[in-house]
Amino acid sequence: MSDSNLRSATISVLVENEAGVLARVIGLFSGRGYNIDNLTVAPVEQDRSKSRITIVTSGTEMVIEQIKAQLGRLVPVYKVLDLSQGPHLARELALIKVVGAGEHRQEALRLADAFRARVIDASTESFIFELTGATDKLDAFLDLMRPLGLAEVSRTGVAAIARGKGTIE
Amino acid sequence: MDGTIMTSELMKSGAEALLRALKAQGVEVIFGYPGGAVLPIYDAIFQQNEIRHILVRHEQAAVHAAEGYARSTGKVGCVLVTSGPGATNAVTGLVDALMDSIPIVCLTGQVPTHLIGNDAFQEADTTGITRQATKHNYLVKRSEDLVRVVHEAFQVARTGRPGPVLIDLPKDILINPAPYSEPSSAAHRSYRPRTEPDPQRIAEAIALLKRSERPIVYTGGGIINAGPEASKLLTEFVRLTGFPITSTLMGLGAYPASDPQFLGMLGMHGTYESNLAMHDGDVMLNLGARFDDRVTGRLNAFSPGSKKIHADIDPASINKSVAVDVAIIGDAAAVLRALIAAWKADSAKQDKEALAKWWQQIDFWRSKNSLRYTQNQDPGSIIKPQYAIEQLYKATRGRKTFITTEVGQHQMWAAQYFKFDKPNHWMTSGGLGTMGYGLPAAMGVQVAHPDALVVDISGEASVLMNIQEMGTLAQYRLPVKIFILNNQYMGMVRQWQELLHGSRYSSSYSEALPDFVKLAESFHAVGLRAQTVDDLDRVIAEMIATDRTVIADICVDQKENVYPMIPSGAPHNEMLLGPEHKNGGDANVTDAGMALV
Repeated sequence: MSDSNLRSATISVLVENEAGVLARVIGLFSGRGYNIDNLTVAPVEQDRSKSRITIVTSGTEMVIEQIKAQLGRLVPVYKVLDLSQGPHLARELALIKVVGAGEHRQEALRLADAFRARVIDASTESFIFELTGATDKLDAFLDLMRPLGLAEVSRTGVAAIARGKGTIE
Repeated sequence: MDGTIMTSELMKSGAEALLRALKAQGVEVIFGYPGGAVLPIYDAIFQQNEIRHILVRHEQAAVHAAEGYARSTGKVGCVLVTSGPGATNAVTGLVDALMDSIPIVCLTGQVPTHLIGNDAFQEADTTGITRQATKHNYLVKRSEDLVRVVHEAFQVARTGRPGPVLIDLPKDILINPAPYSEPSSAAHRSYRPRTEPDPQRIAEAIALLKRSERPIVYTGGGIINAGPEASKLLTEFVRLTGFPITSTLMGLGAYPASDPQFLGMLGMHGTYESNLAMHDGDVMLNLGARFDDRVTGRLNAFSPGSKKIHADIDPASINKSVAVDVAIIGDAAAVLRALIAAWKADSAKQDKEALAKWWQQIDFWRSKNSLRYTQNQDPGSIIKPQYAIEQLYKATRGRKTFITTEVGQHQMWAAQYFKFDKPNHWMTSGGLGTMGYGLPAAMGVQVAHPDALVVDISGEASVLMNIQEMGTLAQYRLPVKIFILNNQYMGMVRQWQELLHGSRYSSSYSEALPDFVKLAESFHAVGLRAQTVDDLDRVIAEMIATDRTVIADICVDQKENVYPMIPSGAPHNEMLLGPEHKNGGDANVTDAGMALV
């Protein structure tokens, strides 16, 4: 049997952009008891004929190999790529609403500057920050905002791509 | 198939375009049941003579019939049902076909496109409901997609690991004109199953097999799905190597059961010799089987000392539950062809001495005769179910015989005591374990093979689950023989309750059974009954000689259990043998084992 060490995997799936394709992928995960830690999907071809789904999941090596094989046999799937097997970049974007006044407000703005978050909306009692980065950077920023009046968060989920000139196709 | 249509001809209705596409795909028979949403298709069927429609009595039976048809012919089975309840009734059959990799195309009616999502009469979200119940499914929303989708559905159903494909057809799509085009030979955009094995993996496999001292070949339904050629190649390979071979429930018939190299079925109710050979072997060659939990028993004690080679057409079946040393992805026939060529080309000598020693060990296990039972032959004695199957087997030898089963004890006895020498003659619900499968499946087999002897070996509980199909058998004069091992219990449930739940027979007694002889007569069939052992051969002979549908009600020992048995959670070398053997009958099942099914 394989070892029971869990690992995280970032998997990119290139699919036919057709009705129900996302439901197939999600149904596969729920039906077989795999984890979805993060999922994004959007069309990526100029003619919108293909979509790219990025899934962050975790499991033993055997389970992750199984997830890739199960994804690969779905009829509308063109390609399954395990980005975590090589150097890759992963980013997500968050819109973060912080409500407060006085010293907290000042501190939130200073920290936002340190994290290179942009202020995209402001009122006398609130800011909305836009922050892009790896998941752990976003998590760290949110942890800092929590005592400073963090009111609402909207995150896009992860977009990921392999480094270098190789492509998914 | 990329929508690049060379010539396209506008058909008067979608229903006509659909039928033309079905004909182009070689469909000769459709099993179905009409309803509002599919009336345009039924109207088109009425106006032609090439495709025959078999009217079933319940949509679940339509799918099982198509499975029997597909499994016994190697063709794709075709099903037609209406929207809503028609589609939901078909779901059990679809999952059954999915689990056992049976190629089916199921056409479902749907409310018109403008009503979808409005909770219209007989509307159900069929593609949503069947997404996990099919290999793939489609909802046709544009007339110009209809014919392409039908052609594609057949391609997906029959290639790679076969399976059920569903096409949901809104009524307006069936009524409106639709363009027709012939099937394209172009590759599918995204779906490209691999069939040819990697030569490097074949070389690795041969290196292991040539050096093996205690080899075992373990085969499954994948050999059957790869066609009769794969069975021939399997026989050639096994004879060439001198290896022992065992088979899963789904693979029976791929290798001749009467051959001495065949050790019988393996797994929970497999023979002693096959399970111990699996446990003690040093190199295992799995061809087209999937390490099902009924085969492996306790996973961490499964064949602990062996190097494992696994060949399967489905990459997701490899390393799913059992980690293997050599993974070969490919069609079973292609893999066997490559293995035979590589075995012959390889200059390394096989260790014949070690193999002979291995066979000595296997023969010792075999001498236990784990399928032994005692039939009292005195007149008036009660019939042992195993004996009933053996006598049926003897009486049908030399005839073109197809066997289907329901699910339970009778299914296991059929697998143990009926010897299948050819593929495609054994139809059973292996993966899903669907009671009610056998009668409609036999119907489908008989439609495909009108002159053959088709026997549904069943139990009195299972057969009632689709008993309404007696009406279909009568309507089409299908001379199916229903051979009921009647022990008045859901036998397998009763067996588990006896062994694992302190003989508390909770809801497993078949209370208020019908009189099966009268039931047969009421459906224009012949009813026969064997009460005691001296009735048995006469009833079997009369059943076979009768050129009509027959129910043979065989009253068998109520308390008989299926042995050998590997209790849930136990390893292969801790089998229970029957009461004929010294250690018989005591299941030491752990709490973890109790939780398993």
